Amino acid sequence: MESLTGMLVYIIAAPLVGGLLAGLDRIVSARMQNRVGPPVLQPFYDVGKLFAKGTAEVNRLQVPLAMCHLIFMIATGAFFFAGGDIILTVFTFAVAAIFLIVAAFSSGSPYSFVGAERELIILLSAEPVLLLAMAGIYKVSGTFNLYAIAAGGKPLIIYLPGIFLCFVYILAMKLRKSPFDISYSHHAHQEIVKGITTDLGGFSLAMIEISHWYENTFLLGFIYLFFAFNTVLAAAAVALVYLFEIMVDNTNARVRWQLTLVSAWALTLVLGGGNLIALYMVNICPK
Amino acid sequence: MKKSPWLLHYDGSSCNGCDIEVLACLTPVYDVERFGIINTGNPRHADILLLTGSINHQNEEVVKNIYAQMPNPKVVLAVGVCATSGGVFAECYNVKGGADKVVPVDVYIPGCAARPESIIDGVVRALAVLEEKRAKLAAEAK
Repeated sequence: MESLTGMLVYIIAAPLVGGLLAGLDRIVSARMQNRVGPPVLQPFYDVGKLFAKGTAEVNRLQVPLAMCHLIFMIATGAFFFAGGDIILTVFTFAVAAIFLIVAAFSSGSPYSFVGAERELIILLSAEPVLLLAMAGIYKVSGTFNLYAIAAGGKPLIIYLPGIFLCFVYILAMKLRKSPFDISYSHHAHQEIVKGITTDLGGFSLAMIEISHWYENTFLLGFIYLFFAFNTVLAAAAVALVYLFEIMVDNTNARVRWQLTLVSAWALTLVLGGGNLIALYMVNICPK
Repeated sequence: MKKSPWLLHYDGSSCNGCDIEVLACLTPVYDVERFGIINTGNPRHADILLLTGSINHQNEEVVKNIYAQMPNPKVVLAVGVCATSGGVFAECYNVKGGADKVVPVDVYIPGCAARPESIIDGVVRALAVLEEKRAKLAAEAK
């Protein structure tokens, strides 16, 4: 029953939380650049407008694919907040990303194509961290069940600081923030125009935006998991990490895909892998 | 619709004077993002096409193409005297004239170069046209 409530609360509240977060993000970014910034409800106005616009479909597949991206993203968060299986959650998350990539590949635009290829690179860079996080969390808490992990009261952050840092690193990719906004950028236009969303307009773009709100809420939930033993500390950590990501976004130029991949893997290997090896060597974790 | 206008800026054959003023609108001094205005580079996401510079035989097809790629409802702004009428280049053999020679222009913003204040004012006026077009499209759909 509790898991069902968690799931329902997420499905209803996540777009609101995600949308407000996006609005706050834009205001904080604007203030960092000495500007006033848009109203906090701006992301909702944008999505409302996109629904009112006509949709120019480049092929019949694109809208269903964008819709699948949204459905699987909702499913990811639903599994997560229902306290389900962490492996299922992470793999559903990857499936959601794949649908967006296929939607972009289905168009004829070279910008969309390059964006999709770069999104694959991002997936390739980020996925090892999520896999290591699962392994590390299992080693510490002895279960893959998210409810048991959160309720277990184990301070994951103390056992898994390396994996947590890796997660913060790939969070910039998943939030599509500089320096890793190689496939799609929120700011103006970039060298590949709007990258992965170049050929998605109107209704399909609105779905991508909403799915991004769900995604952000889920990712911040993952940060929360590391601090789940103390609610106040966890909320503060989530806020701090998000603020840190905005600051990094505003102070860094975009990097090449090569550096994205190599740096993410190197960090994962050294910090994430090192963390895991240390856990096994010291073996302080109770079974 | 009025609260979230996304712009697409195309530079026809301008001297870059108007383009610099368009970019100035994004700076902390004018900060058009206050009104939810975003400078998008993508016709599929744009609601407002902002044209600077006069139309010549080379960019004619480009402007038509961009206009055709924008989803309805959409409005066109001609910024600066070159885009509104061809300006001092109107009589040149290689210039066709203002933007309205190839696409229907809704708002004309004069000036050489057009001031950021007048560009913002023009965009706000364009929003009223955009709303009108949206209502018309909705009525037609019924």
